[in-house]
Amino acid sequence: MSSVRVLVGTRKGAFIFTSDYKREKWDIKGPLFAGLEIYHIKGSGVDPQRIYASQVSDWFGQVNHRSSDGGLSWKTIGNKFDYEGEVGTHQDFSGNQIPWKFRRIWAFEPSPTEKDTVFAGAEDAALFKSTDGGMTWQELPGLREIHSNMWMPGAGGMGLHTILINPKNPEQIFVAISAAGVFRTNDGGQTWSGINHGLKSEYELPNPEAEVGHCVHSITMHPSNPNVLFMQKHWDVMRSDNAGDDWYEVSDNLPSDFGFPIAVHAHEPETIYVIPIKSDLEHYPLEGKLRVYRSRTGGYGWEELNKGLPQKDCYVNILRSALAVDTLESCGVYFGTTGGQLYVSPDSGETWQTVAQNLPAVLSVEVQVLP
Amino acid sequence: MIRVILPTYLQRLANLGREVHLELDDDVTFLELMDVIEEKYPMLKGTIRDHVSKERRAYLRFFACGQDLSHLAPETLLPREVLIGKEPLRIVGAMSGG
Repeated sequence: MSSVRVLVGTRKGAFIFTSDYKREKWDIKGPLFAGLEIYHIKGSGVDPQRIYASQVSDWFGQVNHRSSDGGLSWKTIGNKFDYEGEVGTHQDFSGNQIPWKFRRIWAFEPSPTEKDTVFAGAEDAALFKSTDGGMTWQELPGLREIHSNMWMPGAGGMGLHTILINPKNPEQIFVAISAAGVFRTNDGGQTWSGINHGLKSEYELPNPEAEVGHCVHSITMHPSNPNVLFMQKHWDVMRSDNAGDDWYEVSDNLPSDFGFPIAVHAHEPETIYVIPIKSDLEHYPLEGKLRVYRSRTGGYGWEELNKGLPQKDCYVNILRSALAVDTLESCGVYFGTTGGQLYVSPDSGETWQTVAQNLPAVLSVEVQVLP
Repeated sequence: MIRVILPTYLQRLANLGREVHLELDDDVTFLELMDVIEEKYPMLKGTIRDHVSKERRAYLRFFACGQDLSHLAPETLLPREVLIGKEPLRIVGAMSGG
């Protein structure tokens, strides 16, 4: 029988939750790397026992860890992220140009085909690649050739936070950057295009339809249909049917189209999930009610899912990397909050259970299904 | 012999005790000391100073002889008391919190 392993990165360490396929009873291991921010912890699809963790500290900088035994033991791996060539500049909050500077790794994305290949998304925004299991890193500098002097930090920094690899063609990679937008390579990262046509950011940009500068919070795809992308932008839930060449809005009847994460059901490519947040000032659910919204039609009509979730006095946020799904027959949906709760739905969102109530603020949630 | 006291997290990361001892020539600068520390304990690369710019991490401090030496130029010689092992150089996480 299959089991599930949930990898949770928090402000004060990482936690690993395990359960059988029923997802009713959970064992908790942690905190790992206690006291330190774990921005992202993610396992490899090629070798699920291999897990990467990005540890960030204002005191000690970036430290990366890798496990080869499913998180039982860890080895420190490379943490040198050196931008290629002339470092260049980007906008800061005041509009001045400042030099690119490495600050942290927001996301790891292990290759779906090569065990030792892994990508890392950096702040200041850049994509790095390792072909030796994270021991050494090389930037893919073509990305920063796309009007990067016009990129600027979002409130959380100028991070490359989302990396999607087309499982049918691993040479095609999509990345999302706050606040620059979405970018695509079709040649494994050598050359890139900005793919932001159709995004409108009238409250954030002087030119609402600018080629770059959009605050994209998260993007996702279903592995069976990588031409269809879904996006939670700062405001607006968006969809593309042509691998990002054009985007259009599918916010429809959502009570708010501001939010951070977005996810796709494991077996239904047109079923998507978002968690609406009141506004960019009020980073909490509307009316103090924590509700997940699901569209079974790719964004044309949304339904509220709330059974088991707090429906009063709830003022947490759900960050961009803190929503995930599993691939069990009855698709599980998982999310963590800035209030330290971890919620699981073993039935595609119909009902929810609280797996943990008092974790540190949750930064990321990833799920592995093990044989 | 130069004595360096590490903050708790770096002790844990490099599997070291509180104080490390380094046998170095008489005249050693902060820059040279950091080079030696990183060469001897590679796990500490990028943690005390930036990998590329070699700038001290903003939230770490260098204390010795009752003084904050964090803002001295990296090419500055270590104090005599540190060079002869009479005083340790303490690498300290800056205060934070509220």
